[in-house]
Amino acid sequence: MKITMAHGSGGESTSGLIRDIFAKHFHNEILDKLEDSAVVEGCGRLAVTTDSFVVTPIEFPGGDIGRLSVCGTVNDLLMSGAKPMYLTCGCILEEGLDMDVLDRVICSMAETAKEAGIKIITGDTKVIENKGGESGLIINTSGVGFISETLDVPGPFKLKDGDKIIISGNLGDHHAAILGTRMGIQNNIKSDAAPLALMVKGLLDNNVEVHAMRDVTRGGLGTVLNEFCESSKCTINLYEEKMPVSPAVKDFCGLLGLDPMYMGNEGKMVLSVAAKDAEKALSIIKGSKYGENACMIGDVSKNDGSADKHNVILNTKIGGKRIIGLMYGEGLPRIC
Amino acid sequence: MGSITFEEILDKLKNYDGEEVHIMEVCGTHTAAISENGIPSMLSPKIKLISGPGCPVCVTVTAVIDRLVELSMEENTIVLTFGDLIRVRGTHKSLADAKADGGHVRMVYSPMETVKLAKEDPSHTYVFAAIGFETTTPVYAMVLEEAIKENVKNLKLLTSLKTMPEVIRWVVKNGGGIDGFIAPGHVCAVTGSDTFKELSEELGIPFVVSGFEGRQLIMTIYALLQMKGKTGIKNLYKGVVTEEGNTKAREVVEKYFEVSDASWRGMGKIKGSGMALKKEYADFDAGSIGLDEDHMPPGCSCASVLVGKLKPYECPLFGKACTPDNAHGACMVSTEGSCYNYFVSGRR
Repeated sequence: MKITMAHGSGGESTSGLIRDIFAKHFHNEILDKLEDSAVVEGCGRLAVTTDSFVVTPIEFPGGDIGRLSVCGTVNDLLMSGAKPMYLTCGCILEEGLDMDVLDRVICSMAETAKEAGIKIITGDTKVIENKGGESGLIINTSGVGFISETLDVPGPFKLKDGDKIIISGNLGDHHAAILGTRMGIQNNIKSDAAPLALMVKGLLDNNVEVHAMRDVTRGGLGTVLNEFCESSKCTINLYEEKMPVSPAVKDFCGLLGLDPMYMGNEGKMVLSVAAKDAEKALSIIKGSKYGENACMIGDVSKNDGSADKHNVILNTKIGGKRIIGLMYGEGLPRIC
Repeated sequence: MGSITFEEILDKLKNYDGEEVHIMEVCGTHTAAISENGIPSMLSPKIKLISGPGCPVCVTVTAVIDRLVELSMEENTIVLTFGDLIRVRGTHKSLADAKADGGHVRMVYSPMETVKLAKEDPSHTYVFAAIGFETTTPVYAMVLEEAIKENVKNLKLLTSLKTMPEVIRWVVKNGGGIDGFIAPGHVCAVTGSDTFKELSEELGIPFVVSGFEGRQLIMTIYALLQMKGKTGIKNLYKGVVTEEGNTKAREVVEKYFEVSDASWRGMGKIKGSGMALKKEYADFDAGSIGLDEDHMPPGCSCASVLVGKLKPYECPLFGKACTPDNAHGACMVSTEGSCYNYFVSGRR
């Protein structure tokens, strides 16, 4: 069965769609009331974020748009040191979308939300005309998290001299999985889409002094670290031999002229941690789900006031240095 | 390298204090690899690396882009292109601009995909932007072979195909002061290293064939330093490059293409420096003949950069009016372009 414009009419077809797919998978005591708005308990400090998800193909090795739409928003909440609590789900469906695909995507959203410990408490569905091409769907999720009153919320402007930079796992898997699928290149690369809730909880519960924390999504590690440097007026030295990249992604990048440093991930974070806590942080992350390939990849040196450039410098394997600048363009595969 | 260790080579390159040496790489992938490995930071200031005209996108004249833009706006015509060409500006527009204006432009990742697309949709004419050097030309020949086999008539090529030897001669005559060439590894794999051996004797400049690993590039630069003032070719990429090259690839190219004059961005027409479709395959041509016009944006110094007369950062537009997000010249667009690489890696 396919989605038709009638599913967006507000009539019985809409109710049926919500009942048979959304309410079935998202079922919880708040959402089940199906009120105009969800009424929930709050706390003193809230983290609020929103993100929209558009991806082709909808289902890809290692995940789908549903898993992505939960991980993206949950991870954004986590990076502010918040405990993810509530999630909203807005779906824009294109007519012609296969109902089975939608069912799988919504089921995947529900499972990922459960894994991340967040409740989907309200949602909305609209149907738009298909303007040609394969029918897709767009998902928007907004998330609310609670921040403990005692937490010094990490931020990109809080890096300190001597901090260690830790990445929670291999770079570029999501980007390579999506691009590989689109290009029809056969390989075993899977998206890393994952909620990082347990990893972050481990760090916060053990009082690790985290100065900055960011999920490494579009723009890749290079983009995040440039932002850290600019905000904190510091230099970050990275060591190429410590960069975790899987052999499959490395080969994929070599083939297409892409740099894993600028490739998107959906289940990785980078942290700037006080040197005294760096080993502890690394072992917590390595011991958490999705953190087995974590590595300490660099360190921070604070610039004096005179330095006008706050750079990310990569110390290459053969002993050279190069600046990891901002990313430009879309990271297009090259010709030869 | 005899008994000398890699560490000793690094030390010699860092502390070299002889006469200034100018080494040119003529392959865009080498330009990118040199930046990625941070090699300039490992060399004495007296060893200068110059990026030559080896990035296919960077040497494409504006007339080719203009023609592709024009085709993309035609009803029932779809332009297919590889990645970075899409952002290169023609006289007024890039293919990305054309797409935003409703032009039919599609990015392809695999050349054979073009035959499949055309076959499945006979109501449109598909024009494949066939840009490249000796390395990519065999691929376009294979596309034609497949199209003919599959009886696909609605796929055409807009060719702008270049070859290395003639442009190297041109650069030596018009740029000057080059003491050694890092020979293009992938091109050599097709042509064979002998092509460059003859060129070395003729120009009196040594060539070293290199792969793309950082260590090998370092060894290559060291070898060129040793060979300064001599002629000859050294092949450090033996696993891939042989003296005679890939004869099969050359055969398929010769079946469909013939040597022609070609226009190079900022350099004008260079005799015998390109490949064009043979007359008997003219039905597959989307109007590639006579695309020589080249409107460089005012102030753009691509031409001087491509022949090594100017370092990218010596161009008045570099990093100011011209950045990868707002590229005036093609060298700032491609990830293999010399300006792009100097800009993003802070190379000086």
